[in-house]
Amino acid sequence: MIERKDDFQERREHLKNMKDTELKAYFFELANKMMDPLVDLAYQNTSKSIERSVLLRMGFSSIEAKGIVDALSEEELLPYGAGHAVYILAKKHHISLKEAGVLLQEKDGIDFVKEFFNHE
Amino acid sequence: MNNIKPNEKLDVREILKDIEHYHPQKRGWVWRDISPQKIGQFRYEQVSPSLKRFVPLPSSRSLGNIDPQPDCVVTTEIASGRFEDDIRRMRMAAYHGADHVMVIRTAGQSHFDGLLEGTPQGIGGIPVTRKQLRAQRKALDIIEEEVGRPINYHSYVSGVAGPEIAVLFTEEGVNGAHQDPQYNVLYRNINAIRSFVDAAESKHIMAYANMAQIDGAHNANATARDAWKVMPELLVQHAINSVFSERSGIKKENIALSTVPPAASPTPDIKLNLPYAVALREFFSDYKMRAQMNTKYMDSSTREATVTHVLNLLISRLTSADIQSTITPDEGRNVPWHIYNIEALDTAKQALVGMDDLLSMVGLKDEGYLVEKKREIQERAVLMLEEIIEMGGYFEAVEAGMFVDSGEYPGRNGDGIKRDINGGVGANTVVKRDKRYMAPVTAHFGYNNVEQYGKQYVEEPSKLIDGCTFEHPDMITFIDELDETDNVYLRLDSTEKYRSGGLLKPEVEWLGDGTVTVDLFFPTDIRTAEAAAIQTGKKMNLENVEIIHKEVLHPSEGTRIQLKGVIDFDIKIDDLKLPEVVKSHSEDDVINYVKKHPIKVVAGTAGNDEHSVGIREVLDIKHGGVEKYGIAYEYLGTSVPIEKFVDAAIETKSQVIMMSTIISHDEVHYKSMLKLHNYAVEKGVRDQLILIAGGTQVTPEIARKNKMDQGFGRGTKGIHIASFVIDQHKEMMDKK
Repeated sequence: MIERKDDFQERREHLKNMKDTELKAYFFELANKMMDPLVDLAYQNTSKSIERSVLLRMGFSSIEAKGIVDALSEEELLPYGAGHAVYILAKKHHISLKEAGVLLQEKDGIDFVKEFFNHE
Repeated sequence: MNNIKPNEKLDVREILKDIEHYHPQKRGWVWRDISPQKIGQFRYEQVSPSLKRFVPLPSSRSLGNIDPQPDCVVTTEIASGRFEDDIRRMRMAAYHGADHVMVIRTAGQSHFDGLLEGTPQGIGGIPVTRKQLRAQRKALDIIEEEVGRPINYHSYVSGVAGPEIAVLFTEEGVNGAHQDPQYNVLYRNINAIRSFVDAAESKHIMAYANMAQIDGAHNANATARDAWKVMPELLVQHAINSVFSERSGIKKENIALSTVPPAASPTPDIKLNLPYAVALREFFSDYKMRAQMNTKYMDSSTREATVTHVLNLLISRLTSADIQSTITPDEGRNVPWHIYNIEALDTAKQALVGMDDLLSMVGLKDEGYLVEKKREIQERAVLMLEEIIEMGGYFEAVEAGMFVDSGEYPGRNGDGIKRDINGGVGANTVVKRDKRYMAPVTAHFGYNNVEQYGKQYVEEPSKLIDGCTFEHPDMITFIDELDETDNVYLRLDSTEKYRSGGLLKPEVEWLGDGTVTVDLFFPTDIRTAEAAAIQTGKKMNLENVEIIHKEVLHPSEGTRIQLKGVIDFDIKIDDLKLPEVVKSHSEDDVINYVKKHPIKVVAGTAGNDEHSVGIREVLDIKHGGVEKYGIAYEYLGTSVPIEKFVDAAIETKSQVIMMSTIISHDEVHYKSMLKLHNYAVEKGVRDQLILIAGGTQVTPEIARKNKMDQGFGRGTKGIHIASFVIDQHKEMMDKK
């Protein structure tokens, strides 16, 4: 921001007659308004770290989680959720989540997931 | 190991045993119970239940060993780079009143895309890993049992792996964490979009685990050029994180604002800091306050830092603190040492307890400077929010350099931190969720189409996979060591001789580090003094001599220097001759006994000896001598002939002779003792008298060998002598 003088006295005109409680309410009204788009952004998006955190909760180690998320990310499959990919693969082959995770780091597993999401 | 005794050391190898199967005993943050009560002779209002085991403040020795615990949670930050050594410091800290132990992460961890594993050594902190967390949590589970109070364990959910760290913390029983996406953006140059998207997930997980969250706003005043000018922005930063946290699912009562009094004396400290503290607490009255101490204006003087911190504690007592953090007074010069964690904790405990119930006697004025200044800070903050929204929102404001500008808002100096919205670590790594997006786990934030697999899973998505690690800790995959050349076992082996080999070495942070400090004064200017100090350290055979503090007493008359260096020898414990333990009774017991059985003493310095300081210290009430306990005395003066002691005792009907003997050349002190005994025998009164010798060269063994009933050396207090006298007196009465 460019340098500017402290013009607090002019700027505060519209605030100076507010009661303390009104000022406080206005402060939080503004704060919530400012955060609306950020909460929305977080609601609609995911990241590699979020997806790895999902896989950790599904019982994978940090090393496995990284391998699976990298493999899915390379094929642009993260929008469906890494845990989702593991889940459908495990269900399809009647194998454990862990086994499905191993498969996902290989080509066969990935192909199934790709097909599943593209053709459904 | 669960019922460890104070005289047993925590065994790190034992803690590491079966660590792969250890799960924390509980989750979530614990506040202290506030319970006004009488402790010793005093009534306290702002206190919590006392500890089962503790080390009280030094002067409590004269106050019945009381150790009142303040009402707020008290924090200590411990991270030396070796977590195994930090465990010992945590135990010491718990004894001194810490119930919030914060672990600082090693440099660079926040830029690491994923979790670290194993137990590598850190720099300026420790690598936070599952194994390290589990070992420390396991140790703290033992320690909290020992001191009788839950201990909150805490670290950082920031960087580019926040959500994974939040999961790890939940699984490993971490009770609180710093989480503030602004910290990533402003101070770690991590992409803003990525930081906020990750933060919502992290916060949602923390909410599930009932962790307390601490924000990162205090970093603004540590970074800004003039910290006190950043006050309006601090309110804005607190609002950004608090509102975002709440909307990510954290309850207000678990959201703690990290607030530091921005200014420090020699500014008019309270005049600058108090209106700000009031402004903040008024706006954020629904949230918790984590009062931190000032680091911005710390230099190498531990004394100066301590005074600043006490003034910070005054602000806490004049307003409020739910968590009182402590900063070690050596933080301005090195990564904190053991002793300074303890000093900082004692400073907080002493000041908070000392200012107990302050606001029942003094109040803050509701007109004039305080409220006017408070209102001004609040209005400035509101104006800043208005402008951010006008600019297009948070990201636009960050791009424009709105934050951490050194001008007081709305004044701007054009030197704020600017971050490109498409730049920084992790830029363009956020992915939009498809409408089929799904994650079958607990505590997942945001869009999650679980419904596609059945409505019954919507409330509990992890039921799709029969539960996740949050419900079934057995599902967690534990990774042990990944680096054969850098792990805790190698470090333990290299210092094993100090654990089981019967050797001791002084240390400041790591077992056997050998670091010592030397405090020096030179009657010269600062440059000469520095050079002389380095030379002194080398001549003392210290290695790595480094000056850690210098202070001018006068430009030419004198300079104070503190230096550190490393010694390269060990002390064999078996070769040490430990002085006999001097027993002492409680002051009350001694006083009560003497009331029932009046005791009289004759005392003086023997032979040709003019020393009198030592004996006066164990006689006079003013110095805590025997007189304090009701024992009457007849002081015979210095250079007292041996015969006179006995004659005076007979004449005054005294039961005790206290003979001081300082001069020891030609073993004259032994001779005086024998002579005293022989003369008492000759006079037929030996069995009616308690003969005591004292002096700097006297030990109990020497005195008894020379026919005294007891001897007292250096460091003797009146209570030691009085305790011995009443024991001996009882014995004599029994014989009669």
